[in-house]
Amino acid sequence: MAETAGAEKVHSGAQAPRAFTSNPLITLWSTVIGKKIVMAVTGAVLVGFVIAHMVGNLKIFEGADAINTYAHFLRVVGMPELGYGQLLWIVRSVLLLSVILHIIAAWQLTLMNRAARPVDYKIRANQESTWASRTMRWGGVVLLVFIIFHILHFTMGVVGFQPGQWQDLAVYQNVVAGFSLWPVSAFYIIAMAALCLHLDHGIWSGIQTLGWNTQRNQSKIRMASRVIAVIVFLGFISVPVSVLAGWLK
Amino acid sequence: MLDAHIPSGPIEKKWDKRRFEMKLVNPANRRKHSIIVVGSGLAGASAAATLGQQGYHVHCFTYHDSPRRAHSIAAQGGINAAKNYRNDGDSVQRLFYDTVKGGDFRSREANVYRLAEISVNIIDQCVAQGVPFAREYGGLLDTRSFGGVQVQRTFYARGQTGQQLLLGAYQALEEQIAAGNVRMHTRCEMLDVVMVGGRARGIITRDLLTGKIDAHAADVVALCTGGYSNVFFLSTNAMACNTSAIWRAHRRGALFANPCFTQIHPTCIPQSSEHQSKLTLMSESLRNDGRVWVPKTKGDNRPPNQIPEGERDYYLERRYPSFGNLAPRDIASRAAKEVCDEGRGVGPGGRGVYLDFGDAIRRLGEENVREKYGNLFDIYEEITGDDAYKSPMRIYPAPHYTMGGLWVDYDLMSTLPGLFVGGEANFSDHGANRLGASALMQGLADGYFVLPATIPNYLASNKFDKVDTSNPAFAQVKAEVTERLQKLLSIKGKRTPDSFHRELGTLMWNNCGMARSEKSLTEALQRIPALRDEFWNNLSMVGTNEELNQSLEKANRISDFMELAELMCLDALERKESCGGHFRIESQTPDGEAQRDDEHFSYAAAWEWTGTGKNWAVQKEPLTFEEVHLAQRSYK
Amino acid sequence: MKLTLNVWRQASANRAGSFVTYEVSGITPDMSFLEMLDVLNEDLLTKGEAPVAFEHDCREGICGSCGFLVNGKAHGGHKGTTICQLAMRFFKDGDSLTLEPWRAKAFPVIRDLVVDRSSFDRIIQSGGFITVPTGSAPNANAILVPKENSDTAFDAAACIGCGACVAACPNASAMLFTSAKITHLNVLPQGQPQRDQRSLNMVAAMKEEMFGTCTNHGECEAVCPKEIPLEFIGKMNRDLARAVFKRRREPIPVSPLVQEAMQK
Repeated sequence: MAETAGAEKVHSGAQAPRAFTSNPLITLWSTVIGKKIVMAVTGAVLVGFVIAHMVGNLKIFEGADAINTYAHFLRVVGMPELGYGQLLWIVRSVLLLSVILHIIAAWQLTLMNRAARPVDYKIRANQESTWASRTMRWGGVVLLVFIIFHILHFTMGVVGFQPGQWQDLAVYQNVVAGFSLWPVSAFYIIAMAALCLHLDHGIWSGIQTLGWNTQRNQSKIRMASRVIAVIVFLGFISVPVSVLAGWLK
Repeated sequence: MLDAHIPSGPIEKKWDKRRFEMKLVNPANRRKHSIIVVGSGLAGASAAATLGQQGYHVHCFTYHDSPRRAHSIAAQGGINAAKNYRNDGDSVQRLFYDTVKGGDFRSREANVYRLAEISVNIIDQCVAQGVPFAREYGGLLDTRSFGGVQVQRTFYARGQTGQQLLLGAYQALEEQIAAGNVRMHTRCEMLDVVMVGGRARGIITRDLLTGKIDAHAADVVALCTGGYSNVFFLSTNAMACNTSAIWRAHRRGALFANPCFTQIHPTCIPQSSEHQSKLTLMSESLRNDGRVWVPKTKGDNRPPNQIPEGERDYYLERRYPSFGNLAPRDIASRAAKEVCDEGRGVGPGGRGVYLDFGDAIRRLGEENVREKYGNLFDIYEEITGDDAYKSPMRIYPAPHYTMGGLWVDYDLMSTLPGLFVGGEANFSDHGANRLGASALMQGLADGYFVLPATIPNYLASNKFDKVDTSNPAFAQVKAEVTERLQKLLSIKGKRTPDSFHRELGTLMWNNCGMARSEKSLTEALQRIPALRDEFWNNLSMVGTNEELNQSLEKANRISDFMELAELMCLDALERKESCGGHFRIESQTPDGEAQRDDEHFSYAAAWEWTGTGKNWAVQKEPLTFEEVHLAQRSYK
Repeated sequence: MKLTLNVWRQASANRAGSFVTYEVSGITPDMSFLEMLDVLNEDLLTKGEAPVAFEHDCREGICGSCGFLVNGKAHGGHKGTTICQLAMRFFKDGDSLTLEPWRAKAFPVIRDLVVDRSSFDRIIQSGGFITVPTGSAPNANAILVPKENSDTAFDAAACIGCGACVAACPNASAMLFTSAKITHLNVLPQGQPQRDQRSLNMVAAMKEEMFGTCTNHGECEAVCPKEIPLEFIGKMNRDLARAVFKRRREPIPVSPLVQEAMQK
């Protein structure tokens, strides 16, 4: 077999060394699908947070007392078992971890996807993808920038306010003051539009990744995803719009 | 006279007896033997996988980019097995009988019996591999009926049975490749067999990407390279299907049996344009529910739905009341040709008949018809633009399968020692006509069960000197192959390979197609050598050997068809009887059926190559029928 | 019909390619797309030029050999159709068509419109089979398979391995292909013993072959000539999670191919 030598290796599946590690979380993270599952699960956490946040925001229309009390409530909930603000910090750490994992997974998968097609097409026509699905990555970057700004702005009061204007737990006053600057409101609304697109594809995508999508309910899931995205968008922008329109003072 | 080495004893014991007589190879010694399998369709992939499982060193070759692309994948209807799950009177004996009768008594009884016996194991094997056969709601396997039989023994996976069976074999093969037992050589076309010391000990191949001509040595070579219907240019075969592997083996001394036995399939989509490159088959299973008809009067050009019931001629039901639309393929094809010759054909050029589902849709409802045949109706609409739920399909016969092939003995070994032949490439099981759903059965029987038993026996029964590719025989054959390719490339003529192929195909279809006569065959035998000469002098070729050169591949294959065509006509001329797919207009019953001549032609004609341009020498294997009584085949 | 074709020409894998424009005439509506290319090639051959290399074989949409992009759409973008079955009646006289090969790291171009798809075979080798040595199978009807499972397995097994899903995917992901094979075997009772091993190995092989990952655009589903649904990707994901989290006594065997890749 001069010219066809080299087939001497005989593998035996049974004696194969174990290469998939014994820690399921590490194994999960090491697979491409595992990373997607991580994105779906962390995404679900963040969607839950976003919806709750939006609902909480609407309290502003009940007046300054309602929302300021609500802000206070978020810090005392869990007492006396936990200390003041501790539950909030636990939630915040879960959210932070989710954001970090979501971004790392997205980053790694994006690099893989870029590497998978080194030479691009001259023409490639999209047939089923949506604008929302194609803008996930840039939309994500916009959201990250927004989140950082948002925390520095309303949560910490270090940007977007005159010195001394921001006051801890005076949510109503902070919001009205913050949104009175139109560039801030504009950025906020743009970011919420990005969020809307991100959710439109993201919610459906997470459900599909977790395997709950079937051919029969696919269109319903897509529709539900879109409805949630739009509701979240409207809920969030109702506040800056109301401030700019002068309905909230 | 040829000896097929059929074991003695009662027919139902022959295969058991043979298997017991066989010598075995100790498991530890198996890896010392290497086996070359050429082709990765049903027969090739299943043989390579099984021999790999047994522990031999297998080298499998395909000209495709993946073994999954072999043309077995296109088989639609189903696979027969004598399971009798329906309790409708089926048995091994009956499958055997139906196949011998369906083959118009020109097959070898012992082989057919073995095929029927093994058929049940094939279904078990395939189901275990995960082949998704159609099932009943109770979870059991479903079956349907097929042409030429009166029981429901055909297992199927919608209209894609061949695909599913091939994927099963392909997966088993890929597993063996991963395990290192089989080495797969893709995009690698076999161009010759190498004989050393009177035995087949290797092959010469061309790497289709680089043009490299390679030699491969082994202890035994198995060809599972399919049939040669593409000699007709337009056929239901895939574009690359060719005769080269078996033809080159024939030129090295393997006898070629019954080359004129070709099957014309009755239900294909008619040719629509002169640029047509191939014909598309519509599964025979359609004849379960579809009714075939033409208008009663000549030149009736009304749309089919406007022709009233009384003015339609359901000619198959009329002529063959007991089998009706399920008459065997050869008979259904010829009947279609006859009504079209009478001028009652439909569609452009009058070469077509209707296959009508109107009744079935009224009886079963459109949904049920869609469930059963949906993908076939879709294919039809895709190609013709017509909706067969609304108006009948138009169909016409087309070359589909070749029963002829390299002559093999009971062990599937050709007349070249060490050269085994499986699947459509051999001649043994279908006689002069193959029944529907039997090709898949035979390919898998050969590949899963027969070759993996007989090849080890051959290995155990002979002593093998160490032969490698440094043996001068390899260098010599390699040089011959290279020279032939260079010769093709050096012709700076005017005509493209396709134009020659088309001309040859038209000639074969007209003169050696559904009806043959002394006159048509003699004429063809005069014209073929002239065409071959022109081919070798007026071919236009571009490019070199050292690149992916699809024109060169094509021309090389056509060069073999040019020789095979002559042998087909010669065989057809010599067989002065009609049988199965071979219809000599001089030999027919008063009502136009094929008239066999058992006294003079009850044999397999095995032709021996004696050199280009010289006549072949014929050897005969007499066919004796001990179990099935010779009778005029009747489906009336 | 007369058409202008803008075809990707590349003499071999290691040489640069470019688009070349050709005119074809005499095209009739009942021709198939590949027959139209046959006309072009016959013309080129007569002029002594190298014909356009493209893969094709059965020309009835089942072997999976053919495929390239026509104006940015895999297989021409006609639902449930391979390019070999696409009839020219869907085009208009004077149309200008751009023909481009599948592009992916895992599918290197060999020549013109021909690419190397052997990466698909290696994914199958890593676990796309049920181990059943010939002769060891039980009686076929001893294994009951609910019709729904059998039908699902068939829908998945209908995949022809053409690679259109990878070509159309913005990420050049092979998840539709891989999920089809995993679903085919994992949904059947016969496939259960090797289910977790199959899921893990095939998913790992997909990464080793340098395919991208799914972002649920659905482009693959849109171009799949066998209309394999996205649903199967979800099923594969669940099967992978099952394989990862299921508690078992023995380690899952790792396919030799995946092992080699991991050791690299």
